Amino acid sequence: MKILTEHIDVQGIETIDVFRKKGGYSAVEKALKTMTPDEVTEEVKKSGIRGRGGAGFPMGMKWSFLAKPEGVPRYLVCNADESEPGTFKDHYLMMKSPHTLIEGMIVSSYALGANTSYIYVRGELMYVVNILEKAIQEAYDKGLLGKNILGSGYDLDLFVQPGGGAYICGEETALLESLEGKRGNPRNKPPFPAVKGLWQCPTVVNNVESIAATSWIINNGGDEYAKIGIGRSTGTKLISASGHVRKPGVYEIPLGITVEDFIFADEWCGGIRDGHKLKAVVAGGSSVPILPAELILKTVNGENRLMTYESLSDGGFITGTMLGSGGFVVMDETTCIVHNTLTFGRFYHHESCGQCSPCREGTGWMDKVLYRIEHGKGRQEDIDLLVDVAKKIEGNTICPLGEAASWPVAAAIRHFRDEFEWHIKHPEKATQKGAVFMREGASWSL
Amino acid sequence: MKVTIDNITVDVAPGTTIMQAARQIGPHIAPPAMCYYEPLKASGGKCRGCLVKVTAGSEKDPRPMPKLVPACITQIQEGMVVENTINEQVLEVRKGIVEFLLLNHPLDCPICDQAGECDLQNFTFEHGVSKTRTVEERNTFDPVDLGPNIKLNMNRCILCYRCVYTADQITDGRVHGVMNRGDHAEISTYIEKAIDNDFSGNIIDVCPVGALTDKTYRFKSRVWFSKPVDASCDCGKCSGKVTLWYRGDEVIRVTARKNEWGEVKEFICNTCRFERKKTSDWTIEGPSKVPHNSVISANKYGANKITPAFPLKQAAEQYKKIDDNRDRSFLAPQKQLN
Repeated sequence: MKILTEHIDVQGIETIDVFRKKGGYSAVEKALKTMTPDEVTEEVKKSGIRGRGGAGFPMGMKWSFLAKPEGVPRYLVCNADESEPGTFKDHYLMMKSPHTLIEGMIVSSYALGANTSYIYVRGELMYVVNILEKAIQEAYDKGLLGKNILGSGYDLDLFVQPGGGAYICGEETALLESLEGKRGNPRNKPPFPAVKGLWQCPTVVNNVESIAATSWIINNGGDEYAKIGIGRSTGTKLISASGHVRKPGVYEIPLGITVEDFIFADEWCGGIRDGHKLKAVVAGGSSVPILPAELILKTVNGENRLMTYESLSDGGFITGTMLGSGGFVVMDETTCIVHNTLTFGRFYHHESCGQCSPCREGTGWMDKVLYRIEHGKGRQEDIDLLVDVAKKIEGNTICPLGEAASWPVAAAIRHFRDEFEWHIKHPEKATQKGAVFMREGASWSL
Repeated sequence: MKVTIDNITVDVAPGTTIMQAARQIGPHIAPPAMCYYEPLKASGGKCRGCLVKVTAGSEKDPRPMPKLVPACITQIQEGMVVENTINEQVLEVRKGIVEFLLLNHPLDCPICDQAGECDLQNFTFEHGVSKTRTVEERNTFDPVDLGPNIKLNMNRCILCYRCVYTADQITDGRVHGVMNRGDHAEISTYIEKAIDNDFSGNIIDVCPVGALTDKTYRFKSRVWFSKPVDASCDCGKCSGKVTLWYRGDEVIRVTARKNEWGEVKEFICNTCRFERKKTSDWTIEGPSKVPHNSVISANKYGANKITPAFPLKQAAEQYKKIDDNRDRSFLAPQKQLN
């Protein structure tokens, strides 16, 4: 079942002619000519689609929170600042099929009553900006953007804004600040963007994948979309699979397949690379808790873990994780978890905006301690220190970057404490190139 | 609107923040404010020192808030119940915040001009722990001049953004801001710009730590050796209402007047601050009010004043006491050892 990537490999799909031949922009015609904005919102609500950027907040509900005061413009902003390590789905979608996003943007903007919309693209992806701008120009030329779209009387201007290269600008309020031309510092909430967003006007910020899915929802109906998936995890999801699998890449999966299938079935990742065993998985981008092989395949109750929001978070953070943004990083037994945690820690240290003290100082501290442990200078008390620092950052920051930085560290210690201890007790062994701790009796041990 | 903070209920106007409500109750209830500064719009929410627990959101919706909230920017609701100093979690988190703020702080209070009137010092004394857990090397920056009158020591900065807001809201045209990010973020001027306008000196007053210091005052004295006196002058640019800091007969520093929360009442101009340093420039109004628990009041007024005669007198008293009671046997001729 493919929704977003159905025609992605068609030659020339990035041009508007080929895209329209494959049924593109039919949702725009349907929505603008036959539906009211409220009906569009209603369909999206019915679909049960949840935000694909990481938090998984129901999209229809987010739209219905949008304040609609008279005489104040409203904005739709597409968050294409995909910078989470391990996540590269939006990049792939925009690069291959920019019109899928533009079509979704028109439909969504119409539903929200926005006459100006923005796509905020990660600064490192300048060529994607060029692809999008070219596609937007094509849409303008065909009368799909601009004044009086398809004779419906609805006006929409769509702009692409490249970011300056900061992970934090993927946080919605930091993104808005950056879009306004300021330093990308997250804002204090409340007020939420739905009330005071871009230029203090009501704004909805949605992920690329969420917006792109709306056109299919309009074409086929929200109920049809809700039939895919399990429970409150409806529809399909792009998963960026990377790491030690046979076939890394972007896969569109119907939510509800088992994790085991996703890793081992030939249709998806095709299993772990030859001669190696699954050790751990980071299931939703670098900020979600890492899980060891036995917990990612089965929940603690012995049920098969599914690729859904609920199943992956089964067991809370003690034995569970999150679907997050779908950055699925698979690690085999040659991966040193301490080194991996240091890599993540260094990333968050580098990307903290420095606005609020727990995150600014805490991420740097964790990075330095992890660096010492990895390089054979760890102390026994460092492990508990890391746990405590992570705990003191979590929940006390302005934006979720604090949590994103502390979860991977806390989870790595929770599930692989022996590995950290081994690094501290045997620095001479641990600092050798390629040295990895093998837990006795673990399924991945050689 | 009624709000209960640490079991004390106050009636406040709608739109009041938890911080303002707590300040109405009194200084012992008010959460620490490292970045929040009432005269500056949009300040607050950054240091996280004022995080409090809301155990009941409002009368209508009495659920507790899931996370700790910053008191300085959270507006109260009718019937809100807040726990500040009586909540273990809050105190534990504050310990953490102190630890974070001091993590890359040089702890050079003995040579810092701000010592004695430093918000970070007060916060640390109140909520910190005496031992550090860090063994990491601290991030360091070189001190730089921000214009002719202001010295920036970035090592001490806690990135409260107060000086940025001051430059935005008080002066005409901000030329400094925060560069870089994370723990390498620093206050800096735009390339080849110097902070030089009539009200720039106010960023020294708003600085909660010793990051921004007055170059005409640096290393001249400790604050507790100087004596604050309210004075005014007929200044064309500002209200002319200042505090003069005397050491002997000499005015060693001029600052704006501050309220009991350490916030500037009226911003003053650079001429008053940096150039009018003679008593004859000013009309003296009388001694400034200093909170009794402040180190600045020590050694100056009233009963606890330490005059040169005082230690002598005290020593004499103690000597006498000891003299009466002490064992005099050692004074007796000692027995000769055979």
